Amino acid sequence: MGRVLPTLAKARAPLAAAAVQRDRLDRVPVARRFDDALADSGLFPLTATRVDILQINLGKRCNQTCAHCHVDAGPDRTEVMPRAVMEACLAFFEREEVPTLDVTGGAPELHPDFREIIVRASATGRRVMHRCNLTATLLPNYADIPALLAEHRVEVVASLPYFQARETDAQRGEGVFEESIAALRRFNELGYGQGTGLVLDLVTNPVGTYLPGNQRSLEAHWKRQMMTRYGIAFDHLYTITNMPISRFLEFLEKQDKTEEYMARLVAAYNPAAAAGVMCRNTLSVGWDGTLYDCDFNQMLELPLAAPAPRTIFDAVRDALDARSIVTGPHCFGCTAGAGSSCGGAVA
Amino acid sequence: MSDSSSRTGERPSYYDRHDLGRFSEIGRGSPELAARFFDYYNAVFAEGALSAREKSLIALAVAHAVQCPYCIDAYSKDALEKGSNLDEMTEAVHVAAAIRGGASLVHGVQMLNHVDDLGM
Repeated sequence: MGRVLPTLAKARAPLAAAAVQRDRLDRVPVARRFDDALADSGLFPLTATRVDILQINLGKRCNQTCAHCHVDAGPDRTEVMPRAVMEACLAFFEREEVPTLDVTGGAPELHPDFREIIVRASATGRRVMHRCNLTATLLPNYADIPALLAEHRVEVVASLPYFQARETDAQRGEGVFEESIAALRRFNELGYGQGTGLVLDLVTNPVGTYLPGNQRSLEAHWKRQMMTRYGIAFDHLYTITNMPISRFLEFLEKQDKTEEYMARLVAAYNPAAAAGVMCRNTLSVGWDGTLYDCDFNQMLELPLAAPAPRTIFDAVRDALDARSIVTGPHCFGCTAGAGSSCGGAVA
Repeated sequence: MSDSSSRTGERPSYYDRHDLGRFSEIGRGSPELAARFFDYYNAVFAEGALSAREKSLIALAVAHAVQCPYCIDAYSKDALEKGSNLDEMTEAVHVAAAIRGGASLVHGVQMLNHVDDLGM
């Protein structure tokens, strides 16, 4: 793989600090505040329904430094979920009978206990999802991961911005596309995406400052393209909007497009998407055990609002249902157009 | 540009990219005709025998043929959002260029006819 750029943290960029990001977003002039948009839709205050998905972020270590990464993950990041936090997450997942565990990062594979997490979580018989950047599975010492995931019937949700090298490499680094295709072929060989029950989903996000298109029609187009060009099959395509935080915010700032992009998101606000945002049924756990409504709030260091529990160590499901969700200008990213979530469009 | 300022002052140029976002204001003079146009417009671009993605590429080509900067702006973005890529979009523009060029050239046959009629 070619280009691996330093993270914002490594470069000591001002936007590496969550507080600086929040301040910048708060200063963007917008046609209306997010909470006002919610109120106009009869959704204010936004509240959680119940915890259907426990999303655990194993840390910020990654073998890539994608230009749009909202985590600012990369090889130079050292934040890794300690074992005690991992144990508390698994205990909560088992004890509270959460239907789905969603494992994310960084590149989750790089966590020293990743294999153990997969084995123990799968043993519950409940749904386990692994968010995969694909190229990490080609690294030395990680080649066993795809077979392990298949053995435990873990759903693989793999990132691929576009079905051509030019666009994908522009966002994720030179050579990433070719390696991603090699990794996808490996998953196909193991039975993923072949109608065997081993689920392989792809996630696409715009390679630029526009919104994702219609998920259903894009999925049909992508399935044809991926099969015709590369002989690769997959199950579902999820569309995700680029969030104006962290490295994508840095990109917007350098291009002087932050205000234009935010205006686009605000103009595309969709009440139906707002009603279905993922924070309503997801609990997000940071590498250090802090609880958040979603992975984006996690990166902006906006923890759960009181009186909800603060960490996974004192999390009880009953205390998390019906909690008030912490919102901000970035939430327009999840409510624009057909909406955006870790599971794709929501409206 | 605000509604009021649009009616006053000297404009920097005939084309302003912000005017694209004001397209719906064209209904200010005749709401009924505008509504009929936009209903038709939306129906044209809906998924049909052609996919919305294919229609977007056709629109991009036509935008270049009629040299509409608003349309080129709108359909460059729309084509990307519908999953098209630079290769496809460039080929669409070449289709427009080929038809435009070919349209001029094929009229050369009329010129030949006149030369034949007028010549000895």
